[in-house]
Amino acid sequence: MKSLEATLRTLRDSGRKALVPYFMAGVTEDWTHHVAAAVHGGADAIEIGIPFSDPMMDGAVIQLAAERSLALGTTIDSLCAQLSAQDLGLPLIAMTYYNLFHHYGLLRAAGRLSASGISGAIVPDLTLEESDEWRSVCDQTDIATIFLVAPSTTPDRFARLAATTQGFCYASARMAVTGRASGDGDASRVVEAVRATSDIPTYVGIGISSPSQAARASRYADGVIVGSALVDLILGGATPDDTERFIAGFRTALDE
Amino acid sequence: MNQTPSYMGAPSTSGRFGDFGGRFVPEALMPACLELETAFVDAWADPSFVDEYRSVLHEFGGRPTPVTYLERFSRRCGLEVFAKREDLAHTGSHKINNVVGQTLLTQRMGKSRVIAETGAGQHGVATATAAARLGLSCTVYMGELDTQRQSLNVFRMELLGATVVAVTSGSRTLKDAVNEAMREWVTCVDDTHYCLGSVMGPHPFPWMVREFQSIIGHEAYAQLHERGVGVPDMVVACVGGGSNAAGIFAGFANTTSRLVGVEAAGGAAVTNGSPGVLHGMKSMLIQSEHGQIEEAHSISAGLDYPGIGPEHAYLAASGRAQYVGIGDEDVLEALQTLSQLEGIIPALESAHAVAWILQEAGRDIPLGSSVLLNLSGRGDKDVAQVRDILRDRQ
Ligand SMILES: Cc1ncc(COP(=O)(O)O)c(C=O)c1O
Repeated sequence: MKSLEATLRTLRDSGRKALVPYFMAGVTEDWTHHVAAAVHGGADAIEIGIPFSDPMMDGAVIQLAAERSLALGTTIDSLCAQLSAQDLGLPLIAMTYYNLFHHYGLLRAAGRLSASGISGAIVPDLTLEESDEWRSVCDQTDIATIFLVAPSTTPDRFARLAATTQGFCYASARMAVTGRASGDGDASRVVEAVRATSDIPTYVGIGISSPSQAARASRYADGVIVGSALVDLILGGATPDDTERFIAGFRTALDE
Repeated sequence: MNQTPSYMGAPSTSGRFGDFGGRFVPEALMPACLELETAFVDAWADPSFVDEYRSVLHEFGGRPTPVTYLERFSRRCGLEVFAKREDLAHTGSHKINNVVGQTLLTQRMGKSRVIAETGAGQHGVATATAAARLGLSCTVYMGELDTQRQSLNVFRMELLGATVVAVTSGSRTLKDAVNEAMREWVTCVDDTHYCLGSVMGPHPFPWMVREFQSIIGHEAYAQLHERGVGVPDMVVACVGGGSNAAGIFAGFANTTSRLVGVEAAGGAAVTNGSPGVLHGMKSMLIQSEHGQIEEAHSISAGLDYPGIGPEHAYLAASGRAQYVGIGDEDVLEALQTLSQLEGIIPALESAHAVAWILQEAGRDIPLGSSVLLNLSGRGDKDVAQVRDILRDRQ
């Protein structure tokens, strides 16, 4: 079992609901301070978005964040160097599109991520069917390959995806790209479909923008992912203290 | 024993042409891609579907389009040049072939709505046209920059009852329109088909669109035989995503004809690109040293695309077809030359193929060769733009 999954299973066994905020790497000069603030605010793992020019799964907020980050010169190497300089003490999960890893070289990319403390990767445009090469490369490092399931996922695919995903299973609450829909939508049905075939920790994302939505989803899921709402805050000029307060609000709601 | 390889057949079950193609989409779209593949395979094997597709293209689309011998142009080049006249098809380009197929398929799948991306507006107009004919509702995504370059086409789509959405993200051109259409499709896959406009995207699109366009090549093959020309020495077509080229190549892929695809020099994915993954496919892409997709630059909105369909990437890698780039200046020149020598105003896209023939006659194209040129569209949509460019120079 990959170390990410061991950590997240232990977390679940302790009765705590996982809070996983998403940050766009390099979106501001002080982005790692925001990450550290989220750790203080009560996050359990951090998703690190790596900016791509053509984010097909992302709505306007994360698109804008990616554009800003790219304009500031963010690359896999630059963000890995910044992360290596930190010791955040909790799991880091990369999220980006396949072309960046493909272009960097799959083995080299997995090695670079792993060396900078990242232990999982979400590649939303990499289908199960196309993932053999990436998964075998990740098996040579300690990178967990995380798959998404969606409201449109069919029963046979739920079974295969839940059996293949490592660390956790990412349940999209909505048939939407990030930041376009609010509320947990179909998430309970999606989570149940995963549960029917696997005991992998299952987190709800895409549609979780407020503490009350997070609390709702945590009644049936093992954790939540908060993306666009947080990225929007940071794009709007939030300080790391604002980020900590924002995360603490979710923490409180999840712990109640 | 050596067997001649056969080209332009069905891709592998995972949608690969050699190393290219495949399916790189969010899980949310996978069921729709699988459903589409099943529906297409079923329909394309059903004689009643194929008959309907052909008869609509005949009665509504104006097919077969003629092959015209370009007499004065041929004399100028020292070649025998025949043009396949897709410019005479309904809506002014080859795009009608694909959309007639896909809208009939939409209806067959029980969906009531189509969405599409468009660059020059030709695919958008064609989609709006075919949708109107079947009473499907239609939304077209178009880069904001292109809505300005091709404002008349925006109005045409609206006249046809479609909604046009100007896409303001990224480079505000074709690649961003594709991103936006994909994002939209996620929200409405249940009742909506994504009518992709070229031989690109996730499996089965590159294959399906090529099949719907192959009518160009099959017609041209028969027409050249009928007039005693037989198999031409060379087949030349412009390439954006590559649908008109794939369509005409399909008639000649397993003959002795040389196949040449002409890309815009500022978007020459085969010449200047490297393998990568974008818009659901693995193909050749123009990208930075870090794997960020670069913006293409072309005078023609329809060729402003940093990638190329995966089957073309394969045809290039295998050496079966050759891909070249042509710059804006030569295109403008060629558009005027063809207009004045033949009384045919080509689309700026098609003028890339014309320009390459003019440039290479007696060089890469031996004098006296027979050349089949795919005139993918007419230039009506471009005359205002060309007028402005030429007037600014005076
Ligand atoms: C007339 C014409 N030719 C060619 C193209 C390029 O598309 P493709 O390469 O798919 O044929 C377009 C696209 O808009 C077009 O309008």
